[in-house]
Amino acid sequence: MSSSATTSPDALPEIRADRIPLLLVPALALLAMPLTGSFSTWVTLTFAGLAMGMIIFIMASGLTLVFGLMDVLNFGHGVFITLGAFLAVSVLGSLAGWTVSERMLLNVLVVLAAMVVAMVVAGAVGLGYERVIIRPVYGQPLKQILITMGGMIVGEELIKVIWGPQAIPLPLPTAFRGSVLFGEAAVERYRLIAVVIGLAIFAALFWVLSRTKVGLLIRAGVHDREMVESLGYRIRRLFVGVFVAGSALAGLGGVMWGLYQQGVTPQMGSQVNVLLFIVIIVGGMGSVGGCFIGALLVGLVANYTGFLVPKVALFSNILLLVVVLLWRPAGLYSVGKR
Amino acid sequence: MLKRVLSGDLPRSRVLATVLIVIVVALALAPFAFPGAKALNVAAKICVFIVLVASFDLLLGYTGIISFAHTMFFGIGAYGVAIAITRMGPTWAAVAAGVAVALLLSFALSLVIGLFSLRVKALFYAMITLAVASAFQTLASQLSDLTGGEDGLSFKVPEVLTPGFSLVERPFLGVSLNGKLLSYYLVFAATVVLFLVMLRIVNSPFGRVLQAIRENEFRAEALGYRTVAYRTASNVLSASFATLSGALLAIWLRYNGPDTSLSFEIMIDILLIVVIGGMGTMYGAVVGSAMFIVAQNYLQDLMKLASNAASGVPVLRDLLHPDRWLLWLGVLFILSVYRFPFGIVGKLRVRALAKR
Repeated sequence: MSSSATTSPDALPEIRADRIPLLLVPALALLAMPLTGSFSTWVTLTFAGLAMGMIIFIMASGLTLVFGLMDVLNFGHGVFITLGAFLAVSVLGSLAGWTVSERMLLNVLVVLAAMVVAMVVAGAVGLGYERVIIRPVYGQPLKQILITMGGMIVGEELIKVIWGPQAIPLPLPTAFRGSVLFGEAAVERYRLIAVVIGLAIFAALFWVLSRTKVGLLIRAGVHDREMVESLGYRIRRLFVGVFVAGSALAGLGGVMWGLYQQGVTPQMGSQVNVLLFIVIIVGGMGSVGGCFIGALLVGLVANYTGFLVPKVALFSNILLLVVVLLWRPAGLYSVGKR
Repeated sequence: MLKRVLSGDLPRSRVLATVLIVIVVALALAPFAFPGAKALNVAAKICVFIVLVASFDLLLGYTGIISFAHTMFFGIGAYGVAIAITRMGPTWAAVAAGVAVALLLSFALSLVIGLFSLRVKALFYAMITLAVASAFQTLASQLSDLTGGEDGLSFKVPEVLTPGFSLVERPFLGVSLNGKLLSYYLVFAATVVLFLVMLRIVNSPFGRVLQAIRENEFRAEALGYRTVAYRTASNVLSASFATLSGALLAIWLRYNGPDTSLSFEIMIDILLIVVIGGMGTMYGAVVGSAMFIVAQNYLQDLMKLASNAASGVPVLRDLLHPDRWLLWLGVLFILSVYRFPFGIVGKLRVRALAKR
């Protein structure tokens, strides 16, 4: 049990010891190097895959934590992603002068503003969503699936009411466009930025989860909810906090996903939801580290196969899921009793 | 007699019985009572959805399994008929071959999915079927040589079912007795038969075991039932009926494409219908399908009126926009899950019990 965790936060032997999944991402990248032919193509593809993986990780991290903590799987998670992306459209649209400006500072400011607005609004909506949609059906998996699906339907329709049903283009600000050259390899600037932001989010999450009291409680709650409750902590309140944070992250992920695809549609959230489910199953339901590795694997595999065998790329995620589950049926890092 | 036909599972509510009789009579007389191509299309779609939703109810309402791959089997049935006729020409042999191959494929797929993943929790099953269904949809639109890709397949049906074929020279009650009419009655008759067979299944000892598994899987297993076998059987049965309803859809529409039978929107429609109509009641599929399809086709006209009336009020006008009809059904769906878990049918039955 987690008795060692309560005495000293540094001693978590069963998590520290398992490093094999960590090697998967570099192994996959090295394996792809001879196949892609030229080094510069490989660099471009790898960065594209990492960028996509980082954005997927940001979108999926909330989903996996919420599930780990309360066994709640939110089928309406995609709505928060769509919401974030549409908020980005509104913010970038209302500050259009800053978006097309040649000055880098204004470009960065406008994207930051979009991210902050998306996180705040998505978090606030998440608070209400948890209260209205999820709280009445705790512990009833069947109803939970149905009701969160209902939340997705209504949320998507409300987004259509506000922004209209059509697809809206979301062009990147000037400073984010174009590519950077590494030798002969061209890497799109936005992808570099996405990798940096993704790493920063992962580092922040990792720090909160492993170095703070709240993180300790969350991890302990994921591992054994009853034990934490019996020690006198209100896990429900903690859960609301995690749900709001997860929704905010989904909103941030939505901004980045919208910019990545340079356009938004009301269906984008429910479409990407399938991908997120695959990522959190691959990673092990409830594990943030597993989710990170799973997301990177999905991103890399999608880009490598997209280049090498485009027909297979459409099914690469399912293939990855099958291969990982054959190796580890509970995902890369299985968490708790599941 | 009636009791035997309905397998002893009577509506058990006078209001519900009246509603059901109205729906059945309306569907039976649809070509004569509601002339016009649109009305007949709506009636045929209701029939197809009754079978489709009832087959989903067998899985969700009676066995307590949520699958998001139900449209996959619906699509397999529709594509089976479409591909067979495209390849073999518009003959009954082609229809039979298409249905047979589709049933075999659905059987194999549902068996494999069931055996592999029904051992895990409900959530995982829901997620895995969602992933499989989306992969299948991609596959169907990629294999364009076989399936016609995104455009789908338009095909001819056996000559007896075409509008060009007339049974009698003179119109009867103002309706020409042509192949389109025959086609409708084929769909209607198949719906009645398939629905009654499903009603028979859920009211058999086998169906009782399924309900026992839904209520308490652990206890059912302790009583000596191999729950995995029963759940898999339920999965296979449900998939087979969905396949047949897909075949009916293809025969009626004389077209099939990814959007008509495979899309996730249809999956959501099925979920809405089964929950609002009433899970685990079978009759919920009839009431729900009739209500939903009619709403889908006519509620929008009503909302247009309301939206025009509220054109001065900015937000309300958008909320009542005809394209937002799904919003209101979604709200109704959420309320159904909270307030009346057995849907309209359950509500009516409870009221009938309270009166007694």
